[in-house]
Amino acid sequence: MDFALSQEHAMARDLFRAFAQNEVKPLAQEIDEEERFPSETVAKMAKLGFLGIAVPKQYGGQGCDYLTYTMCVEELAKVCGTTAVVLSAHTSLCQMPILHFGTEEQKQKYLVPLAKGETLGAFGLTEPGAGTDAAGQQTKAVLDGDEWVLNGTKMFITNGYYADTYVIFAMTDKSLGRKGISAFIVEKGTPGFTFGTKETKMGIRGSATYELVFTDCRIPKENLLGKLGQGYAIAMDTLDGGRIGIAAQALGLAEGALEVTCDYVKTRKQFGKTLSQFQNTQFQLADMAVRCDAAQLLVYRAALDHDLPKKSDGMSSSMAKLYAAETAMYVTTKAVQLHGGYGYIRDYDVERMMRDAKITEIYEGTSEVQRMVIAKNLLK
Amino acid sequence: MNREEYKGVYVYAQQVDNKVSNIALELLGKAKVLANDLGSEVVAMLLGSDIKDQAQKLAEYGADKVIVVDHPFLKEYMTEPYTQAISNIIYEFKPDIVLFGATAIGRDLAPCVAATVHTGLTADCTKLDIGDFPMTPIPGKETLHKQLLMTRPAFGGNTIATIAIPDFRPQMATVRPGVMQKLPRNREAKANIIEFDAHLEKNNRYVEILDVVKKVSDYVDIQDAKILVSGGRGMQNKENYEKYLRPLANLLGGQVSSSRAGVDQFGIPKELQVGQTGKTVRPKLYIACGISGAIQHLAGMEESDLIIAINKDETAPIFDVADYGIVGDLFQIVPILTKMVEQELAKKAEM
Amino acid sequence: MNIVVCIKQVPDTAGGVKFNPDGTLDRAAMLAIMNPDDKAGLEAALRLKDEYGAKVTVVTMGLPKADAILREAMAMGADDAVLVTDRVLGGADTWATSQTLAGAVRALDYDLVITGRQAIDGDTAQVGPQLSVHLGLPIVSYTQKLRIEGDYVIAERMFDDRHHVLKVKMPCLLTALSELNEPRYMTPGGIFDAFKKEVTVMGRKDLVDVLDSNIGKVGSPTQIAKASDKVRKGAGTQYIPEDATDAAEYIVGKLKEKFII
Repeated sequence: MDFALSQEHAMARDLFRAFAQNEVKPLAQEIDEEERFPSETVAKMAKLGFLGIAVPKQYGGQGCDYLTYTMCVEELAKVCGTTAVVLSAHTSLCQMPILHFGTEEQKQKYLVPLAKGETLGAFGLTEPGAGTDAAGQQTKAVLDGDEWVLNGTKMFITNGYYADTYVIFAMTDKSLGRKGISAFIVEKGTPGFTFGTKETKMGIRGSATYELVFTDCRIPKENLLGKLGQGYAIAMDTLDGGRIGIAAQALGLAEGALEVTCDYVKTRKQFGKTLSQFQNTQFQLADMAVRCDAAQLLVYRAALDHDLPKKSDGMSSSMAKLYAAETAMYVTTKAVQLHGGYGYIRDYDVERMMRDAKITEIYEGTSEVQRMVIAKNLLK
Repeated sequence: MNREEYKGVYVYAQQVDNKVSNIALELLGKAKVLANDLGSEVVAMLLGSDIKDQAQKLAEYGADKVIVVDHPFLKEYMTEPYTQAISNIIYEFKPDIVLFGATAIGRDLAPCVAATVHTGLTADCTKLDIGDFPMTPIPGKETLHKQLLMTRPAFGGNTIATIAIPDFRPQMATVRPGVMQKLPRNREAKANIIEFDAHLEKNNRYVEILDVVKKVSDYVDIQDAKILVSGGRGMQNKENYEKYLRPLANLLGGQVSSSRAGVDQFGIPKELQVGQTGKTVRPKLYIACGISGAIQHLAGMEESDLIIAINKDETAPIFDVADYGIVGDLFQIVPILTKMVEQELAKKAEM
Repeated sequence: MNIVVCIKQVPDTAGGVKFNPDGTLDRAAMLAIMNPDDKAGLEAALRLKDEYGAKVTVVTMGLPKADAILREAMAMGADDAVLVTDRVLGGADTWATSQTLAGAVRALDYDLVITGRQAIDGDTAQVGPQLSVHLGLPIVSYTQKLRIEGDYVIAERMFDDRHHVLKVKMPCLLTALSELNEPRYMTPGGIFDAFKKEVTVMGRKDLVDVLDSNIGKVGSPTQIAKASDKVRKGAGTQYIPEDATDAAEYIVGKLKEKFII
């Protein structure tokens, strides 16, 4: 039993940290302000293999474990919540289902370019009427000769418009309920596949969140991902891994906010003393630090569990996501408070971090959903 | 090795385009002091092609003797023929001490010479003295007198060390430009001029120069400036140097300079860089604006007579060397400061 | 083409400087990074590898913990790594260091040897040139640009007011400026691969054509007479102004006090 990172993981963390500091941090404020997708950063990450960290080398990836990928999301989120979610959605939500459920042909055609960073990935499950209740899919797919014909609308899709490859869920047999849901791989540019509203959001404002519209969109028969009717299982498996990515994002936001707050209280003076000299400040920081550390242990355990041959029951990833997300809100809110009025203005990072943190309690399973998963496992 | 055989303080008289460099004159000034302590003579080594006419100038700045190596191979500085020439002078004349400027040329040439003749070399010295080694006697160990004690900063000026070369000759050092004082010119002075055939021979270490590209510099050497208004990372971009720093520098009759961050990130010309990999400056007044003060930067400016720093971060290391440190936003302070200085100067002009 | 790049693990100067009682550096007590100029040299080698194809071997002399920068170099793309480490090599000055490195490089195949211009701890810039002398190689110091033409390297050598464009036959040695390039990042997969590779460890007996009298502290012509943390001039007054005008008035007051205006 050892809580220390291996030399490899420690060096990988140093790499991600250096990249985040040098390449990502300088843009964080700007992409938030302009609600601009950080294409230049994505291109840099592609070149360094960051877009294929957890994909095996045989499919063009880096062949690292899930923990390494998780640490990358964490380090990115320390300085920019947007950049972290771009990577998380690409990796957890698009690459992983293709890796786990795709055919060899699908892996060669879609996973290899995704892992090399030549293409970007996204995931379409949520619909206007199907959020937490994912089984209520209205999007339909009908087999017509050698093609599936998709009709319907997906919403709140991260990396929408900018992604090239989409994993899309649709009803293939409504009478079977969730067993009638199937997964498909859809390429950007397919006739009948268009983009609707771009959402304007409270946080992670540089991340592109789009509505996807399918109108008689015809895709080849072989783009069915997994088996017919396996869609719901694929979605749940995918979200189980995705939660670790979002947990890492939340963790990074909390750690980043703690870091800048520690720096701030050492320099800011009131009543002739630095804020750091007040016991109230010290106690607040201690509480923030303990939660960050606890969240990190949960997130890293979930990441290690993810690589175990035995299928995870979802407990560790749900616990990690629940706790990390609530820690992100707790810590960023305290961070703003310790900054006082400055914490409320855009010039200071904590203002953005607090806005970015909120979504981690909502997407890829709200905190309530995580509690449901945890309780269900406890009581079974 | 018999130390007694080695005599004289030798100086490499760097020349560029057949003009003796300032550093050579500074070294002669220091060599004179050392030679007086040792009771020996100052010898300049002048290398080049058609270079003899520069010898008199070296005499006027303190050389008792000038060894001239005049050869077509030496027209433009190249490592190997210069190394051969200096090494052969050392073999022939057996100097006690050989000094080079810590210029780009000196820092290339001196280590090659030291490696060739097998002796020690101390880089980038800021102080040279004659004294005992060990500096305080150690029982059972012989104390050597009249050794060259070379003091140099290391770790970007974070530490200093004094180095000796007790068992090898010559004792060699490169000396940082701008640190040693040259002597007043004495136009009457004469030196013994020796033309030396260094037996230069082409070998595989000779390289071919395809082109020499001279930089045309529009900048006054910041080492000559009495007042420097210097910017760093906090300047945000190149334009801000012109907008905020230039007017203040002009009013004070000074120059604008920069930390490395300004050079690397904003494209400020390298000639204006102060610090370990830039230039060492010693102005009467150094105003540091938005410079955090990495030790590499401090090494290049901390000897300034008066240092004023303006920085937002009150923990910035620049405040450790500043005589007056102002915690605040340079973009707000500098324009008002410039205006006030202008008013003060106008008032003074009226009086 | 075989390229040997000499790299050094140096204390990160941000972390403070510590000494042993005998005046030598207490490297163990300081954070360690790959020297920046050396990293530029490595990047130059990796670019030549990308463009022309080459085998890049990194060599470092140091304590066993210098393994870390060798792994880093391999994670950036170096093919092989050599750690030169032996108790008898300790306390070396630039002469003894360059002798030792020459002994290690002689044991390798090379067409091109690259070193950084200088290390941020010693700041001497001497090891590269001295290594070239011991190996009998032509040298281009302060290389700011380079390309390969057949058996020749075409390199720009920077001086204060000019640069020379030089044509040098290989084998030769270059010293790199950090201005030469922007070193690449490691890749995540490269890191994991780097730890799977073997690092060749060389001791005293593996050095080729080196005398005992030329290595370590014994072989160092220079000796430390005195070493100390530099006593900085005392910090002056720090002033936290009420506003920008107050700050400007304060400065003007000081300038008048010192008769500058």
